[in-house]
Amino acid sequence: MTAEEREQLEALCRRGRRLVIETVRHAGAGHVGGPLSAMEILVTLYFKVLRVDPARPRWPERDRFVLSKGHASVGLYTVMALRGYLPVEELKTFDHMGSRLQGHPDMTALEGLDMSTGSLGQGLSVAVGMALGSMRLGTGVRVFCLLGDGECQEGQVWEAAHSAASLGLGNLVAVVDRNGLPQFAWAGRRRGEVVAWDLGRRFCAFGWQVREVDGHDVGALAQALVPSPDGPVAVIARTVKGKGVSFMENDYSWHSRVATAEELARAIAELEAPA
Amino acid sequence: MSESQRVVFGQTMVELARAHPDFVLLDGDLANSTRADILAQEEPGAFVELGIAEQNLIGVAAGLATMGFRPWVSSFAVFLVNRDLDQLRMLVAQNRLPVRLAGAYSGLMTGFTGKTHQSVEDLAVMRVIPSMTVLCPADAAEAAAAIRWAHEAPGPVYVRLCRDAVADLPPVPEPYDPGRGRWLLRGSMGTMISTGVQSTRTLEAARLLGEMGYDLGVLHLPAVKPLPEEEVLEAARLGPVWTVEEHSVIGGLGGAVAEIVSREHPQRVLRIGIEDTYGASGDNESLLEHFALTPRRVAERVRRSFPWDPGRIEVGREARRHDP
Ligand SMILES: Cc1ncc(C[n+]2csc(CCOP(=O)(O)OP(=O)(O)O)c2C)c(N)n1
Repeated sequence: MTAEEREQLEALCRRGRRLVIETVRHAGAGHVGGPLSAMEILVTLYFKVLRVDPARPRWPERDRFVLSKGHASVGLYTVMALRGYLPVEELKTFDHMGSRLQGHPDMTALEGLDMSTGSLGQGLSVAVGMALGSMRLGTGVRVFCLLGDGECQEGQVWEAAHSAASLGLGNLVAVVDRNGLPQFAWAGRRRGEVVAWDLGRRFCAFGWQVREVDGHDVGALAQALVPSPDGPVAVIARTVKGKGVSFMENDYSWHSRVATAEELARAIAELEAPA
Repeated sequence: MSESQRVVFGQTMVELARAHPDFVLLDGDLANSTRADILAQEEPGAFVELGIAEQNLIGVAAGLATMGFRPWVSSFAVFLVNRDLDQLRMLVAQNRLPVRLAGAYSGLMTGFTGKTHQSVEDLAVMRVIPSMTVLCPADAAEAAAAIRWAHEAPGPVYVRLCRDAVADLPPVPEPYDPGRGRWLLRGSMGTMISTGVQSTRTLEAARLLGEMGYDLGVLHLPAVKPLPEEEVLEAARLGPVWTVEEHSVIGGLGGAVAEIVSREHPQRVLRIGIEDTYGASGDNESLLEHFALTPRRVAERVRRSFPWDPGRIEVGREARRHDP
């Protein structure tokens, strides 16, 4: 990745973070911490990795993306807006009656969403089905799926992990946003105590190729988010929940919280401060 | 008596696999029970084994459906309906994806497996899911017709299938149309409405009632959702209605009939089925006898409800006394 490209993607991430906080404030509800931790992952996917065309959201040969941690919907809508799937202005309709931007991603409401999610633990199974379908059709479509580390407590994730490896899916990449904080459960624990920190070893034991990267480094992400013909790939992305705004970082209360006018101003000041 | 519905299911899967490039079947390590093994044997390329992981099964089916497939998922009805309910609602039903669910071993006749494997609530649960079509074929021939129809239908479809062979009804009218009820018998004193493999026993119950001097009609419904309303309301206009099903009396056929009759043509509806309880282990005859679903027991229950005096309707109380 060139320095210029990295600069571009990083600028998109800063803009995306501001839009997430503003959108949730405008709606009066929504998730913040998870979208902020996943921002580099989403931007790298949509601007660097996925073979997609916002003008043709139903193009059958497009790569597929499943946001298994559906509560990060605002992050996905924001990046899709920046990529040209919808006007940035439309983010203001998030969560409003009649909006295409439902609280959790609804593929029947917004073209370009490849799956509806919100009940955690299910997206990887869908991605396995898409990857299997792509293999059976011989189309070369690649499939990417983003999960939360808290979400990986769901048993179905491991049902899916097992099936992906036994089907030998060489067109599937799962990314885990390993920010170490779900909604409430792991708050106050020290890092070493949290089972999810062994996620790489778990995927490895299930027969996946595992790559651990800094989840806020767009260059490293772009290198890691590549399928392997040998079978499914799990990218464990080390991230910080609430990344980019000091008082939101590593504070579980920002999982889902609306910024006050003053908090929003401070957040914008931090995001737009010269590096 | 011809083949069982499960054998017909396996055979029809082979037929569909050969005719439709969008066909694929996902198995959860039960193919030799559900008889999807017939497909695995004859068309192995159309068969995908996903192991004992039923939640994943539905997710994979949803993913395949978005890629242009019309996937079939076969497992025991209890697992598809209960363990997979969340997956079915969010991934399949809310997106109206064409996933086909073959609910094997429905009802009581599950080969001595007992209450853990007997789905007595599947019609109620599937029926409440928006966009779900719920088919309930009576015999082997109707099962084949229902399965062929389901493959091409829009949106998700649940097909309730029975493990063991049952007596045949008269041939299915061509073309198969789950939106139309089938009058098996006309009667002047009211109608028994039935569905699934219970319909054959209900028809036999009507014959027994005839011998006792009660002239009752029998209406078979091939689907509980959408409910064939026209024929149900025709029955309601003719007189009192008894619903008879190998399923809980709550929310299934009886619930569906009562909902539409109370709205369109208020009439007495008496629901006969499994009285808000679970099944038990036993041979089929003993189970049907215990839960009062044999022709003779159904006939008795209907006869005891004459004349129409609420104080004399003893069905519920009587069945509960026999709870295991
Ligand atoms: C099946 C299910 N259980 C619970 C929830 C409620 N919930 C939404 S987000 C969340 C925490 C998710 O944590 P994680 O996967 O780590 O996501 P992140 O921290 O990246 O936001 C919970 C429990 C849900 N949406 N689905």
